[in-house]
Amino acid sequence: MSLNATEFGATKVSRTSDTEVEATRLFDAPPHLVWRAWTTPELFQRWWAPRSMGVPMHVRELDVRVGGGYRIEFEAEGSQVWAFFGKYIEVIPNTRIVWTNEEGGDTGPISSVTFEERDGKTLVTFQERYPTKEALDEGIGAAEGLPEQLAQLAELLAEMG
Amino acid sequence: MVQFSATARLDASFAALSDATRRGVLEQLARAEASITDLAERFHMTLTGMKKHIQVLERAGLVVTEKIGRVRTCRLGAQGLAEEAAWIAGYHQLWNARFDALDEIIAELKAKENKDEPERH
Repeated sequence: MSLNATEFGATKVSRTSDTEVEATRLFDAPPHLVWRAWTTPELFQRWWAPRSMGVPMHVRELDVRVGGGYRIEFEAEGSQVWAFFGKYIEVIPNTRIVWTNEEGGDTGPISSVTFEERDGKTLVTFQERYPTKEALDEGIGAAEGLPEQLAQLAELLAEMG
Repeated sequence: MVQFSATARLDASFAALSDATRRGVLEQLARAEASITDLAERFHMTLTGMKKHIQVLERAGLVVTEKIGRVRTCRLGAQGLAEEAAWIAGYHQLWNARFDALDEIIAELKAKENKDEPERH
């Protein structure tokens, strides 16, 4: 079977409403493998902070079940650590995960990911839903930290061809 | 609703935002509009150099310019759009990098599964 190359590797990002933003991509594998890569700490650690981000990340906890928690730490300069944490509020194996983001207090978004089977492949939809438009706009305001990442864009563009 | 999916527009935004001076210009224009001459002085550049940067930003829709008399004034594109475009561009970059890495791992898992269970239909 020949695969249409343009169907893969295309990450789509859109702001789907005043309070929601999502990223989607089609992966050439069945949902249970995508699920495994998303919920196994050693595997999750390898892609959530890809090497291109240049920031070492450690998964301290990744207990993917309802009520379970997660904690991810990024090494900052010196001995500083940026921690991201929350808990899982909905878990349907091979199908859907929903979790909170509690590091920023109660204005943090609710994140979800769904894995939809498409003819042996998997459409992954990651979504962040903020409690209010203001909270999302604040998220956009926080994008001042982004230039560092944006500096890598030229390189990325070259890769995207 | 703003849809930024892999459009030429987004690519233009990426390219526009990949340069430190251009990001500085956007920050500056977010505070107040300015002429190309003002911007050239502020960023210690020649007028020609700044014009080129402005052209890139203009093509990406991040900046609009208007010539009044002999002065070309620059301001941000649609209100808040530059900020949102920058944010979306950063978000796209992050998730694209993550999904690329995820894709590699999934390919490994798939290869391993096929090897372990060759008889499975």
